[in-house]
Amino acid sequence: MSAVIQPAKAPGTADTPRETSGTRLAVRRFLRNRLAVAGLGVVLFFVLFCFVGPLVYSTDQTHTALDQVNLAPSGTHWLGTDAVGHDELGRLMYGGKVSLIVGLAAGALATVIGTLWGAVAGYAGGWIDAVMMRIVDAGIAIPALFILLVVSAITTPGLPGLILILGLVSWLVPSRLIRAETLTLKNRDYVLTLRAIGGTHARAILRHILPNSVSTIIVATTFQIADAILLVAYVSYLGLGVQPPATDWGGMLSAGLTAAYSGYWWLILPPGLAIILVVWAFNAIGDGLRDAFDVRGRG
Amino acid sequence: MTATQASAAPAAEPILELDDLDVVFTTESSKVPAVRGVSLQVRPGETLALVGESGSGKSTVALAAMGLLAGNARATGRAVIDGTDIVGADEAGLAALRGRTVSMVFQEPATALDPLTRIGKQIAEVIRNHGDVSAKDAAARAVDLLRRVGIPEPEKRAAAYPFQLSGGQRQRVVIAMAIANDPALLIADEPTTALDVTVQAEILDLLRRLAAETRTGVLLVTHNMGVVADFADRVAVMYQGRIVETGTVEDVLLRPSHDYTRRLLAAVPRLSVAEPDGRAPAGDPRPDDGSGGGDATAPVVELRDISVVFGRGKRAVHALDGVSLVVRPGETLGLVGESGSGKSTAARVALGLIPPTSGTVSLFGADLARTRSRARRALRSGIGVVLQDPVAALDARMTVGECVAEPLRVHRRGLSAQERRGRVEAVLDRVRLPRDIVRRAPGELSGGQRQRVSLARALVLEPRLLVADEPTSALDVSVQESVLKVITELQDELGFACLFVSHDLAVVQQFARRVAVMRAGRIEEQGLTGETLLHPETDYTRRLLAAVPVPDPVVQRGRRAERLATLAAGRTGAEA
Repeated sequence: MSAVIQPAKAPGTADTPRETSGTRLAVRRFLRNRLAVAGLGVVLFFVLFCFVGPLVYSTDQTHTALDQVNLAPSGTHWLGTDAVGHDELGRLMYGGKVSLIVGLAAGALATVIGTLWGAVAGYAGGWIDAVMMRIVDAGIAIPALFILLVVSAITTPGLPGLILILGLVSWLVPSRLIRAETLTLKNRDYVLTLRAIGGTHARAILRHILPNSVSTIIVATTFQIADAILLVAYVSYLGLGVQPPATDWGGMLSAGLTAAYSGYWWLILPPGLAIILVVWAFNAIGDGLRDAFDVRGRG
Repeated sequence: MTATQASAAPAAEPILELDDLDVVFTTESSKVPAVRGVSLQVRPGETLALVGESGSGKSTVALAAMGLLAGNARATGRAVIDGTDIVGADEAGLAALRGRTVSMVFQEPATALDPLTRIGKQIAEVIRNHGDVSAKDAAARAVDLLRRVGIPEPEKRAAAYPFQLSGGQRQRVVIAMAIANDPALLIADEPTTALDVTVQAEILDLLRRLAAETRTGVLLVTHNMGVVADFADRVAVMYQGRIVETGTVEDVLLRPSHDYTRRLLAAVPRLSVAEPDGRAPAGDPRPDDGSGGGDATAPVVELRDISVVFGRGKRAVHALDGVSLVVRPGETLGLVGESGSGKSTAARVALGLIPPTSGTVSLFGADLARTRSRARRALRSGIGVVLQDPVAALDARMTVGECVAEPLRVHRRGLSAQERRGRVEAVLDRVRLPRDIVRRAPGELSGGQRQRVSLARALVLEPRLLVADEPTSALDVSVQESVLKVITELQDELGFACLFVSHDLAVVQQFARRVAVMRAGRIEEQGLTGETLLHPETDYTRRLLAAVPVPDPVVQRGRRAERLATLAAGRTGAEA
């Protein structure tokens, strides 16, 4: 084929009003993505399971029952009991609550910090941008798990502390995404116009740049939540997360593994599967949203 | 040359024949018919111009004729090139045809070339695609082609990469590739729209010469009536996917029969090139603005000896070099120049968006560099801004009402929501937009409506200065006319001064009282519009004016002959 020839461009319909709004199109595109819809279903299921489930299937998760340890699944204990006699199904709900809360909150916190950091760096430009982004580079160079282990060794964080720490170690990637977005948005004509008539920088960022980055932010948030849930599982698995009698899926997995050679599969499979499913589901939702909004992905 | 142009041999079989061509695009939300029942013919040696406004379907016709429609388009009807029906032809058949029998020149030369391949090699590749030619012969022919399209030192230039060439030279290379296999039909889609007028004139000369030499049929797609007058033998006017009028260029441009064609032509701003029609020479064409001081009215904005340098050291670019401008209350200063002349940079310096490297900017009598940020913000409430791109001008996430109200939120914080709504509705009335538009999203509006919303936003604070950077360049002529009319009327009513940046000399001539012609970061000349654009003092302005094609084929033919004669004289003069 001749090199002069180029693929056809889209029809010149830029001037005709669109019949379907962008949001509606995005929703339709998302719903067409089967994996993403499945992911959404899985997340909804686990939310109901963890927050509504205990109302239907109530169990005692505070007192130990040493006469009923490591029981196999049965009619009274659907998923059996663990090493101190807690009902495993009830514990899965109880631990899932912690995992989901910490994951959602830490993911949201990380995105908020990252968004503000990235937007300010990208908007300011020049040496401010350079300094802020070198800080991000340095942060990314240190493995988050390493920081978590060090912090956990120094203090034993409660739930809010855990959220704060996880949020503080994982805002780096979203900040890069939002900075890139800001770099293109800050030279849009409406931002230039606002600056020319004397609008403040805060207004430019808060009213124009962030609202226009919202699809990137949402996509980043879903991936952050998935990462945070996995991170909670890591630290708890290593015994450094929430402390007993509270637990989360990572902690349950860790406790179960000590009994792995005794054949107590009901202590390992359920929390393990729950972690895998939820993390996969959030990633699938993120992928679906990314395609629906047509924004660039992670990292 | 004029003989071949005036009438093509009527006996010859058409090289391109479209018969009842329909094209429908399937989008995510609906089916959009883009072309409906289009029939046309191009004969060897003839140039047919397909004109129309954006969305009329003219580019789609050109793409359909090449079999290059996007995947979501469906064509029906017949499109025959040299005996082969393109509609329904398979990819192999099309590939044999493209580049050999028919080739295409696109609007943007920068993206039509492979940035990583030397231009000689790119041309040779086209030659070898369609014939059993040795690499050496192909290279030699590529050099020959470069010479034919007027690239100086073709042997050396063949080794250049596209980025080492100017936009005009790149378009010449694209044309060289298009004619490499002596096609019988050349389809040119807005081939000069991305180029400056002086370059456009050269490219049109080149295309005309090549078409005449080889009796190539040309399908020229364009929105520019001046280009049509300069280049075409016959014209087909498209409107909403249909051809509404076909005829010779004289008939269509001078004696249009269809109502739409008449309206379209009436909306085209015409550069008046006539000799003085009794207009009194208005005094000193170059008033000494900087040191005068005693002028009746203090300037609204004044740029004094402004230089702007981007970058440092060897790579420093002097975007502006010693520019001085003054805009006085109530008057319009037109800033014209070709791309890269620094006109937009000058406007941005006036807006305070680009700090000058040296020189001073005073806005409403205050030195911008010396005011503190809070005071500077207050000063800026007296400015309104309208920029070129109607899509980027409005934040798509806001409603029209929020967009227009934004300056009020910045500078009139005390207003209640109701007062604010009242001001927004009043200014929408002024720019002739319906009030219920406030709840709509910018994405639902047409380009012209969006520019009016921008204008409403610019005027909502009743500014003393309006800075308009190519406000109508992205609009169709009929829309441009209505937007310019609204600005003129409001200026009479509200009395704001206007700094009007444009590359379109005809628009500036209509619109501005004074004009400054810029070139390479300097002001070439400035003065009253009537003086400067009718009797320019510098060679550059004269050349610029001569290169603007006027939408009258008879007048344009004379202008072209005159321009070529001047160029030839200049050349022999330089050699002597």
